[in-house]
Order: sequence, then structure tokens, then C-alpha cells
Amino acid sequence: MAELSKNDEQQDATPNVSDVEIVDAASETEAVAAIEAPVERGEPILQVRNLVKHFPLTRGILFKKQVGAVKAVDGVSFDLYQGETLGIVGESGCGKSTVAKLLMNLERATAGEIFYKGQDITTLSGRALKSVRRNIQMVFQDPYTSLNPRMTVGDIIGEPYDIHPEVAPKGDRRRKVQELLDVVGLNPEYINRYPHQFSGGQRQRIGIARGLALNPEIIICDEPVSALDVSVQAQVINLMERLQDEFNLSYIFIAHDLSIVRHISDRVGVMYLGKIAEIGSDEQIYDHPTHPYTQALLSAVPVPDPEAREGRERIILSGDVPSPANPPSGCRFRTRCWKAQDKCAEEAPLLAIPERFKGADTPAAHESACHFAEEKDVVHAA
Amino acid sequence: MTVIEEVSVPSPREGDDGPLLEVRDLHVQFHTREGVVKAVNGVNYSVNAGETLAVLGESGSGKSVTAQAIMGILDMPPATIPEGEILFRGQDMLKMSGEERRKIRGRRIAMIFQDALSSLNPVLSVGYQLGEMFRVHHGLSKKDAKAKAIELMDRVKIPAAAARVDDYPHQFSGGMRQRIMIAMALALEPDLIIADEPTTALDVTVQAQVMDLLSELQREYNMGLILITHDLGVVADVADKIAVMYAGRIVERAPVNELYKRPAHPYTRGLLDSIPRLDQKGQELYAIKGLPPNLLHVPTGCAFNPRCPKAQDICRTDIPDLFPVTEQDRSELVGRASACHFWKETLHG
Repeated sequence: MAELSKNDEQQDATPNVSDVEIVDAASETEAVAAIEAPVERGEPILQVRNLVKHFPLTRGILFKKQVGAVKAVDGVSFDLYQGETLGIVGESGCGKSTVAKLLMNLERATAGEIFYKGQDITTLSGRALKSVRRNIQMVFQDPYTSLNPRMTVGDIIGEPYDIHPEVAPKGDRRRKVQELLDVVGLNPEYINRYPHQFSGGQRQRIGIARGLALNPEIIICDEPVSALDVSVQAQVINLMERLQDEFNLSYIFIAHDLSIVRHISDRVGVMYLGKIAEIGSDEQIYDHPTHPYTQALLSAVPVPDPEAREGRERIILSGDVPSPANPPSGCRFRTRCWKAQDKCAEEAPLLAIPERFKGADTPAAHESACHFAEEKDVVHAA
Repeated sequence: MTVIEEVSVPSPREGDDGPLLEVRDLHVQFHTREGVVKAVNGVNYSVNAGETLAVLGESGSGKSVTAQAIMGILDMPPATIPEGEILFRGQDMLKMSGEERRKIRGRRIAMIFQDALSSLNPVLSVGYQLGEMFRVHHGLSKKDAKAKAIELMDRVKIPAAAARVDDYPHQFSGGMRQRIMIAMALALEPDLIIADEPTTALDVTVQAQVMDLLSELQREYNMGLILITHDLGVVADVADKIAVMYAGRIVERAPVNELYKRPAHPYTRGLLDSIPRLDQKGQELYAIKGLPPNLLHVPTGCAFNPRCPKAQDICRTDIPDLFPVTEQDRSELVGRASACHFWKETLHG
């Protein structure tokens, strides 16, 4: 219940238009105005509430019948503050990439709301949605498949201007694209080259330049460096940090590499089977994790330091992640958890500050969805 | 189906002192339309029984090509091996006939690939594919081979092996499929296993399970293991010694603890500095400037010189040998080597 009442409060506090259909031009103009308005640093720019995405499982060819659903995202709530980086980690199939697609409005949410500056983008359409899309951009994982091989770099980076011509007038585009190439550390003279003439790291820079073209406020990065070699990864991470300062961007950084997420993120959310297991500042999550899944995940990360490894406790989880089409009852992690008891099968734990840490001035007092939350340092050698 | 005769070529598991496998001055080239790609340029390394050698490198460093040359699974042409020796128990495999090599492959040296899904045949059950090893190499009947397959699946800790032996690869999760690959490699109890990025495609919790299983089985059978990877973390966990490759050459060789403590090559140092840490929030990451070289046009001199912060004139003209890293009264440096003209400065800086 704690989670629900908290959400109600926050929803009341935000100018909520989700329940009003935006049909007339006046309210659309109002929505656009709200979207164009600046947000102070440290204020929430994106608020996600109980986001759900179920993909139907059907049987039959002519007469399709729904026989179930893959619960890819099943009740996710978080805030993104202006100017910060929120890291989202989790194993494959936990729903982190689906969250990214929902935030981009590339998938329609089954339920839940996404407030961008107070406007619920899951219900927007027309001019207001177009305006939101300008402000939320994405950088994809695979720089080899996310760039059209038959377009020049100039066309790729300049394409967003065809849809949003107000950002750059026609005659100005070439210069703008060259500026962007320069910003991401590529030679502006490469504007007429094709993607295959670039290495992986350079292609990812092109993808970032395309993401920056419309001066967005939020960039959603889905595994932006996992396809890159180690020596190039660091270059791209440094570039992204520099751009964040320069253009005052907010990032949602989705990755499975926990060390990189710690490096770039201000806050981190850990996802498991479509739900957030634990969320807090990077220090709270990495140095004072309270959810057993976070602890297992952190302890399994191989650390490039043979001596530090000796003193670290390793928790090896048994088994695999259950299917999101048929998740376990109660707590979804209980089938792999060493602490699981009867209560865990009966009652799904809510994402809230655990009772025992409530009001205490400790880094362990952050939201964790576990009945038996307990602090445990698994990252540092004992 | 032909059954491969029992082999007499390399004496299996006799207490000889020499290394299990030794690669000497290996060169591999690919002839392409754009020119000759020098993928491997004089690699030397050796593995003993029970030992784990990690070969670390980025894409295009030649680490996988070296492994494929050892296995004898390079496509020739376009590949050629103009120079070098690959000694397995003292016998040069490059001089052997195809028939002789076939007797070693799978039986004495086995390989685990990165992508289990594309390495397994999707239309045959895993039991059939595992049993094939016994049918072909030992001439077992279908029934006996299946029993052996179940035994193997048990060995690699696949739950309910007897019930799942007739399942197809797509019915297994990524971690389970990689276990089946390991089972297949272990089937004939080889002396040496080459694992090419065995856990790269897996999630971190599953990665830990699979790596643990692999090292446990290695200890049990006293096998040599060549672990090819780009992940400095995985290496630190399991390897005894490391060879770092760059542009087709080994640039540094060292026992695992020493390499992490004090690298003696600027490339190794750069790699170690460029990975963020899990246990503390760092400052800006160190980034090695530039890009890995195009193997059609490897820079003259030291291949790393355009990206090296310490490069001098000599680095642009002379290819450095793999110098032994030694200093008086420094026993911890035993077994180390670095292909840098300025290894001393790097070691101390």
C-alpha cells in the first residue's frame, strides 16, 4: 500500500491531463507550451508511474486467440530528474529495453503513465506528441544496424530536420550537421561518407550526433557501448559525459555492464522480470545494496583485479531467469533467492524503503522490493 | 557413418615434461581483394596440462585466428600459414596430414565457441549431437551413445538430464546451451580445450555459473585451457597466465596477478585504466586515443605507436621484440615479457 499512496500524492501534485482527452486545438497548444517550457535543474523531467507492457501470446492463424501474455514490463515507476543520469541494469529479458521503447512512445503502454513535464505522453497525439518526440531522443546499441548503409552520414544526421524543419532551415542544415560531427569528435569533412567507411566507435558517434540533432532534453541510451571494444568504450563514455554537461542533457542509460553504469549514473535502478527490484543513488545501490538480487548481480561481476577478488564474497545464483510469460507468484525473484520463505510466494513485495531502515540516516534506506531486505556489501573486499 | 580409428599419433597423457601445446612464430595471412591481411604476425605461446592461458585482445587482434589455426579449422584459402609451428606434445600439427589432424581434433583438442545457438544444429536433438561424438569416435551404438550423452549432461549440471536429452537446442536457455557446448567439448576427455569467448553472450549471473563449471572440470580432468576473451574481469578470475595481443602480435605476457599489478606495456596499461571500477565512482575515464589498426595497413614499427602516449622515433621505425622483463633480484618478474622498447619505463611509471 505504501507505494500506491505515494504515487497518488505525486500524481496529484503534477498538472495531470491524462484523464482529459486532448481534442481541441486550445488544449493542444497548452500541452505544447508545457512541453516547450524549461525545467529547472534537479526537478523531475520525466515521471513514470506503474508502467505496464504485456505482449499478447496468440494461437491459431485465421482465428487468433489470446492464450496468455509476456509480461515484459509489469508495473515500473521511477523519476528522471533534469540533468541527471539514471542507469537501468538487469539481465536479458528483464524488460529494460521495452521500458526504453515505451519512453520513446515506440510501443503503446498496456497501462500506466509517463509524464514528461506533467504531460502524459502515452495519451498525447498530433502536435503535442511530435513536440515530445523532438525532446526525447534515443541512441541504439548496435551501430552497425542502426545506421542506413545507403545514406551518407550527412543525410543520416540531417534526417531529423525533415520532420522538424523548425529546428534548422533548409539552407542551414549542412552547416548544422558539420557542427554536430565536430561536437562528437568526427572530422566535419566526412559528411559525404557512408557508414561502412567508419569503425564501430565512429559509427556510435554518428548515432549520438543524430540523437543530438534536434537539441533534445532527454536521451535514452540502450546499451550504447556494449558492442564496442574496451579501448573505444572509454572514448564514447567520456564523450557522452562531456555532451551531458555541454547541452544540459538528462540520460536514461540502459546497460548490463554494472561497472560502466556505476561510472556514468547518478542513480541506478535494478530490474528483474519486468519490475524494479531496487533503486537508489549509485552509492546506495553499489555500496549498500539491500535486495538479494542486486547483491547476487554485483557479486557475480568479474573484477579486473585478481587480489580484490580473493576477499570478495561470491553469490552464485542457481538456475535461470523464469519466463516472463509465466512469472512466479509473489516476489518474482523467490525461485532463485536463498532467503525465500512462504511469505515471498504469497505476497509480492512493494518497492519502498524497507520498514527496518525507515527514518534511519543510513545509505541502506532506499527503495528495495524485498520482504527481508538486509544490507550486504558484496563489492568491496572484506 | 565412418568411425575414426583409435589413434596412436600423439601419446595421450604420458608424463612428459614438455608443454602440452606450443605455438612457435605463427603467421596467418588472408588473401583478399584489397590485399594481404596479416592477421597473425609471429605469435609464440605455450600451455601446460592443468594450466589456463588467457589470450586477451580486442576485435581484430588475431586471438581467434590463432585458435582456429590450432584447431585446424581455418578456411585455406583464403587463409595461409606462411610460417610457424604448432606443436602438440612435441609434434608439429601443421606438418600432419588431414587424416592425422582429424584424429586430434575433438579427441585431444576441443573447442568451445561463443555463440552456442549457432554452433548447435537446430534440427537435431542435443542428445543426438552429444551422442554423435561417441558414435563417430568410439563406434558406440545409438543406445549406448544416448546413455553417455545423459551422463555428460549430468556432468555439466543440466537439471533433469534424462528428461531433456531429446530436447532441441532452442528449448534450452543461453546458459544451458553453453553447458551443452562444454559437455560436447568434454565428451572425449581431451587434453586441451580452447574456449573462444565462452561467456560473452551470457548474462553476468549465468556467466559466473558457466565459468565456475569450466574451471572445476578443468581441474578434475587436468586439462590445459586456452581462454580467448576481451574481458579483463573474466581473465582475472580464472587465468594462470595472460598473453595480450594487439594487431596480430603478443605485446605482453605475464602471470595473472603481476599483469594487473604492474603492466609493462602501454597498451595493457591503457586497457586497465580505461575500464570503470565497480567498487568506487571514478573520475573521467582514461581513453586510449585513436582506433585499432586496419590490418591491411598496419603502422610501421610498433603497431601501437600511433595510439601510444610514450611513442618515440624508434617506435615508428623498429618493431620491438618480445623482450623478457627481468631485473636483478626480482623473482616476481619471472615469465614476463613485453614488446615495448620502453618496457622498463612503463613497468615503473
